[in-house]
Amino acid sequence: MKSKITLYDIVIALVLGVIGFICLVPILNAIAISFSDKTSAAVGRVVFWPINFNVSSYIHILQEGRFFQAFWVSVRRVVLGAIVNVSLTILTAYPLSKDKKVFRHRDIYMWIIVFTMLFNGGLIPTFILVKSLGLLDSIWSLILPGAVPVFSVIILMNFFKGIPKSLEEAAIVDGADPLTVLTRIYIPLALPAIATITLFSIVGHWNAFFDGKIFINTLSKQPLSTYIQSLTVELNFQAMQSLKPEEIIRRLEMSNLTFNSAKVVVSMVPILIIYPLLQKYFVTGIVMGAVKE
Amino acid sequence: MRNKKEEIYYNLMMLPAMVLLFIFSIVPMLGVVIAFQRFIPAKGVLGSPYVGLANFAKLFLYRDVGQVFYNTIYISLAKIILGLIVPVVFALLLNETRFRFFKRTVQTVVYLPYFLSWVVLAVMFNNIFSYTGIANIITKALGSEPVMYMINNSAFRPIVILTDVWKNFGYGAIVYLAAITSIDPRLYEAADIDGANRYQKMRYITLPSILSVIILMATLSLGNVLNAGFEQIFAMATPLVYQSSDIIDTYVYRMGLISLQFSFATAVGLLKSVVSFFLIVLSYVLADRYAGYRIF
Repeated sequence: MKSKITLYDIVIALVLGVIGFICLVPILNAIAISFSDKTSAAVGRVVFWPINFNVSSYIHILQEGRFFQAFWVSVRRVVLGAIVNVSLTILTAYPLSKDKKVFRHRDIYMWIIVFTMLFNGGLIPTFILVKSLGLLDSIWSLILPGAVPVFSVIILMNFFKGIPKSLEEAAIVDGADPLTVLTRIYIPLALPAIATITLFSIVGHWNAFFDGKIFINTLSKQPLSTYIQSLTVELNFQAMQSLKPEEIIRRLEMSNLTFNSAKVVVSMVPILIIYPLLQKYFVTGIVMGAVKE
Repeated sequence: MRNKKEEIYYNLMMLPAMVLLFIFSIVPMLGVVIAFQRFIPAKGVLGSPYVGLANFAKLFLYRDVGQVFYNTIYISLAKIILGLIVPVVFALLLNETRFRFFKRTVQTVVYLPYFLSWVVLAVMFNNIFSYTGIANIITKALGSEPVMYMINNSAFRPIVILTDVWKNFGYGAIVYLAAITSIDPRLYEAADIDGANRYQKMRYITLPSILSVIILMATLSLGNVLNAGFEQIFAMATPLVYQSSDIIDTYVYRMGLISLQFSFATAVGLLKSVVSFFLIVLSYVLADRYAGYRIF
């Protein structure tokens, strides 16, 4: 530190501290509610610290089969989805990183891919398509429609472009085919970028809920975020039915504030576990994607 | 000869992605013809009768359509404007602090909400803005009557806008922080010699240096004018606040998959897709011309 701490430093630090704290408020509040007893939570005494600390909500979750069923669907979805997304991204990004002189149709492919990113048929035609393919209620309905993540393809393509051509040329002289060049040279060198797009894919699949809502009708096959969304729908439905505020309050008090908060906290755990990785690689990803020179 | 063989490999590598994009992106694009039909599910897309622009004419007959477009643009513009200002201010503040560890801690905390799903956040904000939540504890402390924020039309729209800014500003600041690190340190040294204080250095060196990135981000956000945030509003809104917060995407969902007016819903969605497409292309052209930025 060059000079001593001034008032300016303190003011800036205080403002940043407040901003940081505001980012944590909803999360701390949900954690505190999840560890409190029902009555204290319902009458609004819980802020950031549990009142009458207990873990009954979490025991309740352990006893409820539906939550873990949904959790397991989400895990399968993330694994399958990430494998599909990342393999397709690598396979597509490599030829697209080639010059037009080497790969004649490169620009045509690129235009098709970019066009699918800029324009889409919208919700209803997509729904009719998935339905007529017989994919409703299948886990593939959550994976195939977004199987080619265009933004990731562009990031990885740009990364591949930065790898020196001489490496590839040397391998070709030794008789390597493009698939060998890709697996032996490009993939090992692009591991940080591949980590980034893998994390994009994992977070996207873990958090997606709307496709699960429209494509999956069997409750036991719905992913976790769709299940959590159905918890808030119950509240919404009640709010819609009874317009009198007193009535809504009474019902909200009966609703399971602590239980729902506990479910939300548990659903955050996987994100929190990989958060150090996310922070490291998303930052590189956004910088690669957004301020490319 | 060698070149040809490699091209076969390249084409084969493109094949799986192209097949999937054809089925799941191109086919639905062709499916928009049902916007010009009276779609009957039993007869399918090929067998349903064509009705010309009748579905688009309904846009002017239904009174709620105008409100839906107004809500969409109002919410998205507010998000775009605040979503530009807040990350810039935050990045500038973060750059001013000299406490390294503190800086890293704040960064860790503010990026977190970006990675949480809107359904998770909807449960949390339902807690906070409920009748007995933190927001009403504060409201009562200030001497006002408690409010049912989540079902109140004048409160819900600001909540949607502010919680979106809350979720995304940290992540949005990354680009500006990256731009700040690439500023030539000699500029600051020269300013030191001229006796500039820290505020002046921020105002006259840091801010102008990242101005081009700010303009670029503003340009690129043009494509989002009709995207008011479907997932967020779908997860947070109740029928009681449709008046202030029903947007094109939630309306299309309800008209199409709940009321089963497939053709009308597709027409509304198509209108949005076409306008968005031109806005995005325009934003890319502007970004390319004035900032030399190319996405691909």
